[in-house]
Parts: sequence; C-alpha cells; structure tokens
Amino acid sequence: MKSNPLSFQSKLNPDDFVLATAEEKESLVVMRESVSFWKDGLRRLVKNKVAMASLIVIVIVMIFSFIVPAFYPYTYETQIRGSENLAPMEYSAEELARKEAGEDVFPHFLGTDKLGRDYAIRIMMGSRISLLVGLIATAIILVIGSVVGSIAAFFGGWIDLVIMRVVDIIYTIPDILLIVLLSFALKDTLEGLATIPGFGWVQVVGTNLISIFIVFALLYWVGMARMVRSQILMLKENEYVTAARALGATSGRIIKKHLLTNCIGTLIVTTTLQIPSSIFTESFLSFLGLGVAVPLPSLGSLASEAINGLNTYPYLLFAPALLISLIILSFNLLGDGLRDAFDPKLKN
Amino acid sequence: MIKYIIKRLVLAFVTIFTVATLTFFLMNMVPGGPFLSEKAISPKAQAALEAKYGLDKPLFQQYLTYISDAMHGDFGDSLKQRGRTVSSIIATKFPVSARVGGVSIIVALCFGIPLGCIAALNRGKPVDNIISVLSTCGIAVPSFVICTVLMYFLGVHLGWFPTFGLTSWKHYVMPVIALSFYPTAYIMRLMRSSMLDVLGQDYMRTARAKGLSQFVSLFKHALRNAILPVITYVGPMTAYTLTGSFIVEKIFTIPGLGGEFIGSITNRDYTVIMGTTIFLATIMVFMNVIVDIVYKLVDPRIKLK
Amino acid sequence: MGEYLVDIKNERLSFFTPAGEVKALNDVSMRLEEGEVLGIVGESGSGKSVTAYSLMGLTAHPGKLIGGSLDFNGHHINDMTEKDMRKIRGNEVSIIFQDPMTSLNPVYTIGNQIREVIMLHTGKNKKEANERAKELLTLVGINEPDKRLKQYPHELSGGMRQRVMIAIALACEPKLLIADEPTTALDVTIQAQILELMMELKDKLGMAIIMITHDLGIVASMCEKIAVMYAGKIVEYGTTDEIFYNPKHEYTKGLLRSIPRLDANEHERLVPIEGTPIDLLNPPKGCPFAPRCANCMKICLREMPPVTEFSDTHYTHCFMNQKAMLEGGNA
Repeated sequence: MKSNPLSFQSKLNPDDFVLATAEEKESLVVMRESVSFWKDGLRRLVKNKVAMASLIVIVIVMIFSFIVPAFYPYTYETQIRGSENLAPMEYSAEELARKEAGEDVFPHFLGTDKLGRDYAIRIMMGSRISLLVGLIATAIILVIGSVVGSIAAFFGGWIDLVIMRVVDIIYTIPDILLIVLLSFALKDTLEGLATIPGFGWVQVVGTNLISIFIVFALLYWVGMARMVRSQILMLKENEYVTAARALGATSGRIIKKHLLTNCIGTLIVTTTLQIPSSIFTESFLSFLGLGVAVPLPSLGSLASEAINGLNTYPYLLFAPALLISLIILSFNLLGDGLRDAFDPKLKN
Repeated sequence: MIKYIIKRLVLAFVTIFTVATLTFFLMNMVPGGPFLSEKAISPKAQAALEAKYGLDKPLFQQYLTYISDAMHGDFGDSLKQRGRTVSSIIATKFPVSARVGGVSIIVALCFGIPLGCIAALNRGKPVDNIISVLSTCGIAVPSFVICTVLMYFLGVHLGWFPTFGLTSWKHYVMPVIALSFYPTAYIMRLMRSSMLDVLGQDYMRTARAKGLSQFVSLFKHALRNAILPVITYVGPMTAYTLTGSFIVEKIFTIPGLGGEFIGSITNRDYTVIMGTTIFLATIMVFMNVIVDIVYKLVDPRIKLK
Repeated sequence: MGEYLVDIKNERLSFFTPAGEVKALNDVSMRLEEGEVLGIVGESGSGKSVTAYSLMGLTAHPGKLIGGSLDFNGHHINDMTEKDMRKIRGNEVSIIFQDPMTSLNPVYTIGNQIREVIMLHTGKNKKEANERAKELLTLVGINEPDKRLKQYPHELSGGMRQRVMIAIALACEPKLLIADEPTTALDVTIQAQILELMMELKDKLGMAIIMITHDLGIVASMCEKIAVMYAGKIVEYGTTDEIFYNPKHEYTKGLLRSIPRLDANEHERLVPIEGTPIDLLNPPKGCPFAPRCANCMKICLREMPPVTEFSDTHYTHCFMNQKAMLEGGNA
C-alpha cells in the first residue's frame, strides 16, 4: 500500500468495519417494483395523456349516443311541422308563441333538417348507429379473423395454402363491387326472411344494417386473419415455445400460456384500430345510400343528405362530418396508446 | 428473374380468371337484372333484349361465351349505354381517373416520404408532434368529409377553384387534395415508424462510427432500408388511386372510371361490371408484381421464388 | 498528458430517460499508451460500452456527458464539434461491434461498405479504394476478395462478416481500435480465430486496442491492462498480472472465482456472484457492489470507498483495504 490519504485514515473507526447484516444489505437495494404485464401496460396507458383524452372523448360520445337520447324531449323521427330548416338555437314561429306563453321549449341545439326533425338527436342516433356498427362489425371480424388465422397457422400445409389463396382473392376483388352486390343480394333475402314468423327482429334492426354486418364478416376478416396467422407463425418459432415443448408442456398449455398471452397485445391493438376503420367503411356505405334505412340516421347518411343543401345549411354537414372524424380520430389515438402500452415490440 | 416474372404472370392470370368467374356468378345470383328497372318496357321487348345479349341462355353457357370472348379481347357491348363497347367505355374513362390519380400519387409520395423522415429525425420534438398529429388526423377524416369541406370553403365560399369538371389545372387542385389526403397521411406514418426502426439499427451506428456525415448516412444507409414498407403500401395504393375514387368523382363531377363502375353495378350493366372488374383486378395484380420486383431491386436479401 | 493516447479523467455520463437520470458512468478515469491493449471487463450495463462510445462521440440519444475530460491522440474530445469528430471516427479511432449480423447494412455490397470509409478519409478514387479494399480483405484472411467485394452481407457467415467489420475498422490504419465484445455473437472456434487475427494485426499495424468483454479468458490472453467496471465505476484497475494474481476488490475476486481453472482441484466448485446488479436509476449511497458483497461492512453501505493505490498501475475502490490497514495499524 503506497499511498493513503491521511485525512481519511484519521476517520477510520473500527465499528464501521463490522460485517453488515443481510437485512442491512437488503435495505440498501432500492429496486423498481417488478410489475405484471397488464399492470405495467395499464400504468403506461394511464400515463399517456393523448390516449386518456381519446378515451374520455369516446366515453362522452357513448353517453350522448346511448344514454342521453332516452331523456331527450325530441326523437329522431318526429317531424315537427313548421320547424323545418331551423338554424341552430332558432325557434319556429309556433315555438316562439309557446315560449311567449311562458312554456318551456327545449331548444334545437343544432337546428332541424328539412323535414323538421331535431338535428341534435339525429346526430346522437347517428353516432349510436356508427358506434354500434363499429363495435359489432369489429367483434365479428375479430372472431372470424382470429379463428381462421390460427387454423391456418396451426395446421399449415394445404389448409393454410387454401385459406391464404382465398385471402388473396378477396384482396384482389374490388371490395366496393362485393359490398354493393352483396347488399343488393342480401336485401331481398333478408326482407324475405323478415316475413317468416320468429324473424321479425330482422325488420326491427333493419335489413341494411344486418347486411352491413354480413358484408363486414365476409370481407374484412382477411386482414385480421393475416395478422393472427403471421403472429402465431412467428411465435411458434420462438425458443421459449421450443423450451416449453421440451419441458413436456401440452399443446393446449402452449397455446394458452405462451401463444395467446404473447398474441393478446397485438390482438387488442389491431381490434382497437379496426373499430375506426369499420366506422369509416359504414359511413362510406351510408354515404353511397347503401347503409342504414331511413328514417334511421347514421353519421355517413346524415352527411350525405346534407350535401345537397351545402350552400344554404352548411352546419348540417359539418356536425356529422366533424363528429365522425372525431370518433375515428379518438379510436385511432387510443389504439396507438394501447399499442405503445401493451405491445412494446410494435412501438414507434 | 425472367423465369420469376413469367411465373408471376401465369399466377396473375389465374387470379384474374378466378376473380372474373366469381364476379360473374355473384353478379347473376343477385336478384334483378339489367332490364328490369326500365318500366316502359314490355315483356316482349325485354325478352327480345335478353335474347339479343344472350341473357336468355343458361347461365353456364353465358359464362363460357363471355370467357371465350374475353380471351379474344372482346368484352362485349354495354347493356345500358347503347352502341358503346365496354372497351371503349374503359378507354375513355380510365385516362380521366388515371390523370387525377397519378397526380395524387406523386403528391402523396412527395409529401409523405420527406415529412415522415423529418418526423423520425426529430423524434419527440415539436416538429415530430405536429407531423404526427397531422398524419393521425389525415387518417381519421373520411374522404367524403374532406371533399365536401374543400368544396364548401375553397370552391363555394372562397370561389378559388371550380367545383366540377376537369378542364384546367385549377380543376385538379381539389380532387387531388381529396384523393391524396389519406395516402399522404398513411405514408407519413409508415415512413416515420420504419425510419425510427432503421435509425435504431446497428448498421446506422456503424455508419456513424465510420465518420459519415448525417446526410450521407441518412440518404445512403437509412432511406433505402426505411423505404421498403412504403413500397409495399404504394403498390395497391397506386392501383386503387389510378382507377378512381367513386366519392371524389361523384362530388367533383369527374367523368372517371370510379363513378362508371358504381353506376354499372347499380344499373346491373353486366358487361361493364365484368369488364371493369377484370380491368381493376389486372391493374391490381400487375402492381403487385411490380412491387415485388422493385422490392427485390432495393433489398438484395429478398429471394424471388 | 501528451504521452498518453487516451486519457480519460473523472468522466461522468448520464442518460436522461423519462423515468429519471440513469447515472451510467460515475467518475471513470483511464489511460492508454500507444500500442497498448486495455481490457474493460464487467457485466451487462456496467458502463463498458458507454465509456468506449463516449470516446468516439457516439453516445446514444438521451445520454449526456456531464463531467470530466476526454483526450485522445491530442484531441480534446469534450470541445470537439460533430464535424471534427467525424474526421476522427473511422480514421484515427475505429470500432468493431458485437453483432456482425446486424452491423453491416444489408442492402449494400461488402465492397461498397469498405470503399465508403476509405474514400471518405483518404480521398482515394473508387478504383484505388477498391484495390485497398481487396488488400484489406486479404489482410483479414478472407479468400477470393474479388468475389467477396461483390457479395452482400447476408451471403457471408458470421465469422466472415466480423472479418469484414475488422477490415472496415482497419481501413485507415487507426491509432486506436475499440472492440466491443467482438466475439460474443460468434461460435467458439470462430471466436479464437478472430481474436488471433486481431492480435496479429495489432503487431503488424501497431495500434492500441480497447477490448470490451465480459469474458475474463479473453483479457487474460490479450490485454496488458485491465479495468474492472461495476455499475458505472472502475472498481479495480491494474496490469493483467496484478488483477489475476493479486485482486484487491471483492467483485474482481468474485469474477475470478466464477471462472473455471485448469490448475484447480478436481472437486473445487465454481462460485457464482449472488444477486443482480443495482438499479442505476436509484444508486445506493455507498459502494454499488455492497448488496452482493460477501464481506460487506457497515461503512460500505454508507460511504463510497476511496481509492487505494498499490502500484503506479494498480488501484481499487474497496473498504477491505482500509480494514486491512486498520488491523495492520492496531497490531
């Protein structure tokens, strides 16, 4: 030992050189708590301001489209005579007279359309339809897509080959052709079905709406199926699956414990991002006049109807257009947030 | 390479053939027919019309006749537009859609790729945030919304651009904005995320360690790798955009193929539906082959099988 | 100062992550003479690579140098602009990375990637650069250089690719070569070949090497000096003999106990070091190794151990030496 700061030596105290106990050593280590996949992901999601804001927007839109209409004094189909084409917050002559008389008249926040229907409630019902279509269609796509995708990935061989060929062909046929043809074809079939006792509900839901669901189910599972297939094929090759197999895990356990848990993040994300794209397509179809049947509104059909009067009543277009953009945007941002939170592999 | 292309072309032919067959039977399964909507027509005249176009024959025979004619390049006459062949309809409508679409694709690439790169290089900074917000919004806004909003503000309200037709460059502005909106936003996103991925790769670190300037390492080493996902997207996107968007063509009154196609479906103009579908499928499949070849040229790791 | 090729004094470097400041380097000092081989040993995350990268100005994004001075070959790295740094990188100092599979750009030929660095720093034209590239490939033991230059990275094996990386690194005959775990990703037989090649080239070209590794076997055979790093600090520094025959830090001793020895008794067990490294986000007040140290004392938990020098080349940070002194003084 050549050098040693004397100043330090003077401070040496024999008590300090007693061995420390295990507890003392333990207390020194400030480890970040280890958290489970879900907890960790949730924490990251809650921290993501944009995703949280989107979630709040979605919840508010849902409240307005599913709960508020029940308490709303107007309905989406009632035509109020004399109140046609009112501007936002404007009252008709008759309503003004009632107001004069001291009656409470509920204002038309967004005015009325050319048939005298309160536009605010139509917008709410429109978003209800759009959201319903988005959610239900996505659920259908999720189920069909993941089942077909995993069948293709698990069995491989000619089953995989056939499924992937079908996927390719569905990709190649212009989807607008299939959509239009199918909605025509299904319309008559479903209307026929509605007359059979026990199928009355078909009429209630609306044949167009049902045919939209069927079209989605038939066409748009391909993307989901491709995603699930490639994900499972990739995971199957992973070493931990081989390791699990080597340790004697059964196929069922491997699927449940390894493949599913590793897939689920991607699945959640893809599903969330599928919702806006379903809403997108529904609005497009309604815009073409192939969506929900009158008098039921959807955001797309509202926008479509408003186009003809664009110069005089632009707000009739802007309200549904803005709302649909907002809904799609919120779902997209929420999907991005979920991806960042639960699927670190897909980050950026 | 030549062998590969031949193989792909044969496969493409099979796909187009399958699509044509499916469309043919699906179309005929749908209730209604081309001459039902014309009320003034007597049953006798309708029968005569159907006989003229061979619609009275058994379906399978109609199919065989159609396919053999199509093989010889004859796609028949339009059932609704008297005296016009399907080929001539496509020949007049497609160039219109393709011009608007072509400009839109160029716009989408010219804005999407650089903006995506800029966002990735400035990750987390305000520029990145602005571009990301723009691209997310761009993906969220449906095309009919963009069309109508453009129409209202730029066309009607400000009167800067004509709202219908396609005769001067001014006519192109609004349809091109509307058509290129979504692809631009999508390419931006794609480019940003793939650029971020590439920037984190080891070979980018090697490039820096060699002493290359940021410019060279970006343009030589990063861009060529990062552009690959964009190429995959641009193929189908080009096919869709060139063949015209129904919404854009309807709102801006452009006489293009997109509008024609939807019109033929609602009118049950069987021959036009078939002709256009085969045409669209051909362009689609052809673009996919081109994408695969370009991909191979950019990335030597890809083996063409 | 001028006599050393590399002179790092009290370097501090932190990564400013969203979760907080990660103190990756904490008071790191090291010197290297021309033609010398220094090994930096430590486990993952101990700051080995960060030290070397900072010397090349390659610190990754949230990382920032917050203290100390770095000198290399007469350049004061602290004050250098990115533009000046670029002239040094690949020219006076080069680096070989761990994974040859991902360190070469997949879309360019080998020739293109070697020529690039030659043309950048020497101003040779393409033809001359190609000649030099061929020479280099021959130098690193790759046969048929003409053919190889036209191949893409995915067409070569891992060992071959690492040879290409070495060729790129040596293209401008650097003064210093940093090898960041150059053999970790390779097969054992290839590992030996690559190391042998590096030593051979060192003798031929006379450059200094910083060898970053967690493999004590490699440093024993190659290096003249060894720096043992733990949690962003150099805990012990010395010549290879000093470190191997007279280790003074508990961590170094632990490392040596955990490798197999040929001269050991047949039934002697290997002793692993228990526990995991500390979290650099929340570094403890005292010695970073204390929680895992078998001889941890009360003072270790409270205070950072001071430096104890044993020779001009050998020093460590460990309170055991103070303890020995105290007992020695009392006796």
